[in-house]
Amino acid sequence: MPDKPYAILIGAGFTGCATAHDLALRGFKVTVLERGEIASGTSGRTHGLLHSGGRYCVTDQEAGIECIDENILLRKIAKQCIEFNGGLFVALNESDVAYIPSFSAGAEACHIPIEPLTAQQVLKLEPNLNPKVILAFTIPDGSFDPLRLALAFAATAKKNGADFRPYHQVKGLLLDGKGSVKGVKVWDRTTGKEYDLEGDIVVNATGVWAGEIAAFAKASVPVKPTPGVMVAYDQRVTERVINRLNEPGDGDIIIPQRRMAVVGTTSFEVADIDYIPVYEDQIKLMHASAYELVPILRQAHMRGAYMSARPLIGSRVQGRSLSRTFKCYDHFESEGIQNLVTITGGKATTCRAMAEKTADLVCKKIGLNAACLTKETILVSYRDYYKN
Amino acid sequence: MNDEKWTVTFWVSRQKGQEPRAFQSFDLEVDPDEYVLDGVERIWAFHDRSLTYRHACHHSTCGACGMLVNGVEKLTCITTIRSVTHNGGKIKVEPLRNFPIVSDLVVDMSRFYTDLEEAKATQVAPLLEACLPYERKSFEGLPEETERLVDCIECGMCISACPSALTASTYVGPAILAAAQLAYTQTGDLSLLHSSDNHEGAWGCHSVYECSAVCPSNVDPAWRIMDLRKKVIGHRIRSLFGKQAAASL
Repeated sequence: MPDKPYAILIGAGFTGCATAHDLALRGFKVTVLERGEIASGTSGRTHGLLHSGGRYCVTDQEAGIECIDENILLRKIAKQCIEFNGGLFVALNESDVAYIPSFSAGAEACHIPIEPLTAQQVLKLEPNLNPKVILAFTIPDGSFDPLRLALAFAATAKKNGADFRPYHQVKGLLLDGKGSVKGVKVWDRTTGKEYDLEGDIVVNATGVWAGEIAAFAKASVPVKPTPGVMVAYDQRVTERVINRLNEPGDGDIIIPQRRMAVVGTTSFEVADIDYIPVYEDQIKLMHASAYELVPILRQAHMRGAYMSARPLIGSRVQGRSLSRTFKCYDHFESEGIQNLVTITGGKATTCRAMAEKTADLVCKKIGLNAACLTKETILVSYRDYYKN
Repeated sequence: MNDEKWTVTFWVSRQKGQEPRAFQSFDLEVDPDEYVLDGVERIWAFHDRSLTYRHACHHSTCGACGMLVNGVEKLTCITTIRSVTHNGGKIKVEPLRNFPIVSDLVVDMSRFYTDLEEAKATQVAPLLEACLPYERKSFEGLPEETERLVDCIECGMCISACPSALTASTYVGPAILAAAQLAYTQTGDLSLLHSSDNHEGAWGCHSVYECSAVCPSNVDPAWRIMDLRKKVIGHRIRSLFGKQAAASL
């Protein structure tokens, strides 16, 4: 091949930044178009939990395994943005205790290391936990800084030649009239100017907005935006991530971050994803769940309440039961549209794996034989993203 | 977030390309407990898709959404509308001072981040190092390896509020010096004292303490700058008497 193949990526959330990093390492020329700031959509607004997979090890083992594998890798390649103090799954009542056999079996099936602790042991580790705690398990959870995780992938991609254009919104796809996508129509929101950009392949990494981008080529993506509300408190009440030892539910995780504690989250469906209001009743629900796990939070003040829309892979089931795994679509296979790939679904924790799968597909379509190098590549300082 | 509704006028700084800066007003019906950033985001979503602004985490951990709100540096994601205006009032929203403007409310943070990198700013540190030396601490029962993302969220608001940064463009500014102080405390790297011992560094500060007043994240840059000066002076004195004397000081 005389020139480097040229990939145009749409979206600079975790997936877009990680995919840019992966493709740049494999020798692609990469341009990333993002309508806002880096990580200004769903990614930035994550609760920042570096999942161990424990949350999914019973109900969604595919996602559970992805999480623990990527948790270990991210701690190696993105240590700069991660507080890794571990997590706990705590049982507060009989229903939680009844969940233990399936939790233990699930953790084992997903090879997630857990250790049981007695009430006395766990209260010594985390004295602010509800004293009614019956027992707990340790688990390798952590928390990360959302913007900086995305920036670290972007900085490394940039170092390898990728071109990032924030505030550049894709307003359409350029079609060649024979069923192929040949580029994108771009609106530079910093100047108001519009221009066309042509490339060998377009990767749609826009998460909950993936359907809107695909629709420009009359393609479709079954993504189901499923927002959840989170509440941040002005006191860090535990050092470790606290999970309720039961099936995934509303407000069942408290994530410490800097001097804060963030409780999340809920799960519902919306029509308009560009602006989702934060509902008062959901904030109250978060308070109630958080106070049950860590009663001392009653003395803390709410620092912020916010909303983030997960891009779940849609089907007819309810949001909470939808899988947290990700999916990569070749629109040629499904709809006969060439040179357009969509990646959506997944979790922040699994963004590197999502990028790997996407880059594998892109390489296959372009006919490039290049191995994935992201498992071994330590990310450069996220601040290098701003190096001119 | 409750049934109370206010009508407020957002007066937003606009600038595209080489055009001069101007203000545009938007009347919004708001819940007073919503955050200023929610209002800005609604203007973008429902009134004007060309509006650009920085934001990411919406809970004060990323530092992207620092802006001037009615003339004062605020992290807009945690600043309630109630705290900055009244029903029928105005909210003037501008980009941070002392940074080049990219577009509307977006400023160019590249020099700031490059300077932070040169000051060897850490992002994750052992718990003791991540805390201010003078604060009350209780680490009982915590494993020694407990770590924490450090307090500075790199929002740049201290530099926007700093009168020295306004008048001397070569002065690196509070966040950078605070980062150098922390990094020196952690590593003892003398190059950090050398690079701060000048008017672009620790001696450029005029002790106005606005940085600590606007800091949303417990960094206390003013205290750190004063402490850095002590460390610089201490090192100068030690250098005068040679290494042996320094050991006995």
